[in-house]
Amino acid sequence: MDIDNLVRMANRIGDYFAAYPDRTEAETSIAKHLAMYWTPQMRHELLACIARGDDLHGLHALVSDAVKKHLARPEQAGTA
Amino acid sequence: MTIFREPDYGTPKRTSSEMVTLVIDGDRVTVPAGTSVMRAAELAGNRIPKLCATDSLEPFGSCRLCLVEIEGRRGYPASCTTPVEAGMVVRTQSAKLAELRRGVMELYISDHPLDCLTCSANGNCELQDMAGVVGLREVRYGMDGRNHFDKHSAVAPDTSNPYFTYDPAKCIVCNRCVRACEETQGTFALTISGRGFDSRVAAGTNQPFLESECVSCGACVQACPTATLMEKSVIRMGQAEKSVITTCAYCGVGCSFKAEVKGNEVVRMVPHKDGKANMGHSCVKGRFAWGYATHPDRITTPMIRASIDEPWQKVSWEEAINHAASEFRRIQAKHGRGAVGGITSSRCTNEETYLVQKLVRAAFGNNNVDTCARVCHSPTGYGLKQTLGESAGTQTFESVLQADVVMVIGANPTEGHPVFGSLLKRRLREGAKLIVVDPRTIELVKTPHVQADYHLKLMPGTNVAIANALAHVIVTEGLVNEAYVAERCEDAAFRQWKAFVARPENSPEATAAITGVPAEAVRGAARLYAGAGNGAIYYGLGVTEHSQGSTMVMAIANLAMVTGNVGRMGVGVNPLRGQNNVQGSCDMGSFPHELPGYRHVSDSTTRHLFESAWGVSIDPEPGLRIPNMFEAALDGSFLGLYIEGEDIAQSDPNTQHVESALRAMECVVVQDIFLNETAKYAHVFLPGASFLEKDGTFTNAERRISRVRKVMPPLAGLADWEVTCALAKALGYPMDYAHPSEIMDEIARLTPTFHGVSYDKIDALGSIQWPCNEEAPEGTPIMHVDHFVRGKGRFMLTAYVPTDERANRRYPLLLTTGRILSQYNVGAQTRRTANIVWHAEDRLEIHPHDAEERGIKDGDWVGVASRAGETVLRATVTGRVQPGVVYTTFHFPESGANVITTDNSDWATNCPEYKVTAVQVVPVSQPSEWQQRHRDFAARQQAYLQGRRDAEKTAAERGKVDA
Repeated sequence: MDIDNLVRMANRIGDYFAAYPDRTEAETSIAKHLAMYWTPQMRHELLACIARGDDLHGLHALVSDAVKKHLARPEQAGTA
Repeated sequence: MTIFREPDYGTPKRTSSEMVTLVIDGDRVTVPAGTSVMRAAELAGNRIPKLCATDSLEPFGSCRLCLVEIEGRRGYPASCTTPVEAGMVVRTQSAKLAELRRGVMELYISDHPLDCLTCSANGNCELQDMAGVVGLREVRYGMDGRNHFDKHSAVAPDTSNPYFTYDPAKCIVCNRCVRACEETQGTFALTISGRGFDSRVAAGTNQPFLESECVSCGACVQACPTATLMEKSVIRMGQAEKSVITTCAYCGVGCSFKAEVKGNEVVRMVPHKDGKANMGHSCVKGRFAWGYATHPDRITTPMIRASIDEPWQKVSWEEAINHAASEFRRIQAKHGRGAVGGITSSRCTNEETYLVQKLVRAAFGNNNVDTCARVCHSPTGYGLKQTLGESAGTQTFESVLQADVVMVIGANPTEGHPVFGSLLKRRLREGAKLIVVDPRTIELVKTPHVQADYHLKLMPGTNVAIANALAHVIVTEGLVNEAYVAERCEDAAFRQWKAFVARPENSPEATAAITGVPAEAVRGAARLYAGAGNGAIYYGLGVTEHSQGSTMVMAIANLAMVTGNVGRMGVGVNPLRGQNNVQGSCDMGSFPHELPGYRHVSDSTTRHLFESAWGVSIDPEPGLRIPNMFEAALDGSFLGLYIEGEDIAQSDPNTQHVESALRAMECVVVQDIFLNETAKYAHVFLPGASFLEKDGTFTNAERRISRVRKVMPPLAGLADWEVTCALAKALGYPMDYAHPSEIMDEIARLTPTFHGVSYDKIDALGSIQWPCNEEAPEGTPIMHVDHFVRGKGRFMLTAYVPTDERANRRYPLLLTTGRILSQYNVGAQTRRTANIVWHAEDRLEIHPHDAEERGIKDGDWVGVASRAGETVLRATVTGRVQPGVVYTTFHFPESGANVITTDNSDWATNCPEYKVTAVQVVPVSQPSEWQQRHRDFAARQQAYLQGRRDAEKTAAERGKVDA
């Protein structure tokens, strides 16, 4: 899928949870949301983008951290 | 089966803790205090003659036919206006009363045409009945009354309304129509003009009905005891022979109707008095706009074609189903199990949507199923689940009658949910306060006998800022219901939220610059909502269809919790669902991440329950949402789609994007009653059945499950549930049901909130509000009574994050979209009825200031351009919208309203942001490029269909000649 669109959607999810003062809570919430509502393929493409690291397409740091810390193993995602 | 007529007790039911005992015709009768003598007598089985009284209206006391004798009282009081008293002794029949009643009837009849045998009310006329009851045998005054039907004195009937006529010659001036317009509908369009023999019912200012402010709800027609106001269908066809109780297929109010039929043909739809959602009322759509069901545009034979640039071929059901199945299997074999999916619709029954999601999960073997709630109320599901614990509204409609203050946010009930709108107006006339939060001046802001206490006329896209400002006032001015919050809500989440909304940036003074709403108005509204007793919030798509739709739903739940306004009558969080079965289609597991009953596919216990019942393994990962499907289609990984009852090409945003995605697919199967916009991109067309042609259930906005009952056979031979079963079988996954009741039995077995639901129980109770199970065997009118479904209520933080869609120099105006009373959603149904007399095209509303700046006059063609596309509409210059905001509806495909809307969507659910699009508006002289392309494409598709029809016609004619 279009990575720019995936990043745009992920950033919006991040924008919502950014209001939570506890960064760990915000990060886990973002990761949980992606696990619950995104298909494995969509998560995989976002993870691959982050793993490549050369161009994050504007992905916010909060979302990037959330994904790296809590969604790095896609086979475990979705068990929230 | 015969015509079912509900008993009429003459005056409305009263409720009171005090019971009163009296004697009527020698029998003791006990009724609640406040009950009329007429009603008490009827309850005791002694019917009193009446004409101006009917139990849907307050007593009026004008006809003088219901006179009774009461011991110790002088004269003959009217029983309709006389309340019962303890110890009262009433006689309903005596020689004197009989004489008086005959005298009254004689006067009525002296001024009434005696064309009973040719009158359209013959067989259902209360005047005729009463003449019989009182034993009228002669009319001593002659037959020369001025209202008689001789040519020189008769006034021509008003036939301007497409659905009913008004014949003043038949009017007995009982005022029932006038009172129905006031009390039941709340429009106040009718009055009695003139005096004595000149008394007439007048619409508006003595205008034809069609030109008046009459909204054609038909309450007057229903209330009329004679043929004065009569359905044209009855005039044409005569009285019906039987009635079937069923549920309307339009909005989320889910009105109960008696379909009155002759054989397989509907004569008229009459709102069912015992229907708990509508209590005997209806709107112009439900009562009158059902003719689409037999419209010549209906397609009743299956069709296939290899590509969308080819004519349709008529085939057998078997061939169409096998072709669709083999195409889906071919695509899956080549591109993977996840390359196909399905879309259900809120226009389908619960049983149908359940079967489609079952087919996708069990036969396709993936979770790529979604429903049109994605584009309307998916944020409601998400937001209410997070905060309260259940994805549904908290109340029953009747609850509004106990509200002290009502806040309507982003909803337009008198247009979108008219029957609820009437109920709300009734409560407001009784004195409840009203806060309207809407960018437009909707009717409720100021309408006869109703005026909003506050209209927070905010800029589109700033709902969350307003909600935070309201919350700010509540927490900083000591308006929190501390005891409720302490007992019912999570403490840590509440404290975190309280600190958040108390921040200075959430104050009304700070948010005024964002919302455009003066701080004092916000403060006043917050004080009113928090301090006026029972506070109820009703909201619609103006809340959900935003990039922050889910945030706003949670902000609303926060407001209700912090003021203690959840868990009893008169309060609550009430989403007004757009279509008839939005609630039901969501309940039935139509979302890609949830199984029926809102249980996530990753929940192994639930998954195993369904796996063992269905004999398959279910993917534990969420599938594609509708917008994800489009993206995947465009990147070549999603190529087959089964769509039942949904028109994504017209209703979804960014039309050109949707069209490209549909073109990219190899097998689009559309099951619908018409060749809708999406079907023009389809390869297989499976004819659907209208709500009149099948059995099933709908679940309305108050979680009420009501029966849809078949009144005519499916025109194409199969009901929709049978088509889905046939497709599943062809895919190698047989689903065997003999009747939709068996599907509901399966749903009830597998879904805890439906454990107690069955067709037998619905038949016995009339309807059931879920949860209905061991704990609530007769259903649950009010949710979260002692505690929230999730245990403790959870306050969620709701920071205002502005949408990316902002006005700028290139696109300086904000477009918002909405609905109109006479049309419904994509208009596929209502456009094929006489409702087009009220709304024959979508128009662009623009403020006089913006219009003048651009040289636009009322009625001019204007181009509306956004970053997504451009279309052309005619302008309506009006102060209903504020400067900087324009508004349109999306009922006509050629309008292309969704060519302009963008793919911006809610952060949590991808519900499209239909309500905010930055646009420019300029005068133009010709349709947009898209419209010209659309016109050509539509004409070509029609030709492909027509070619097939012409071929059929030729074959049929040849057959006749051969014979």
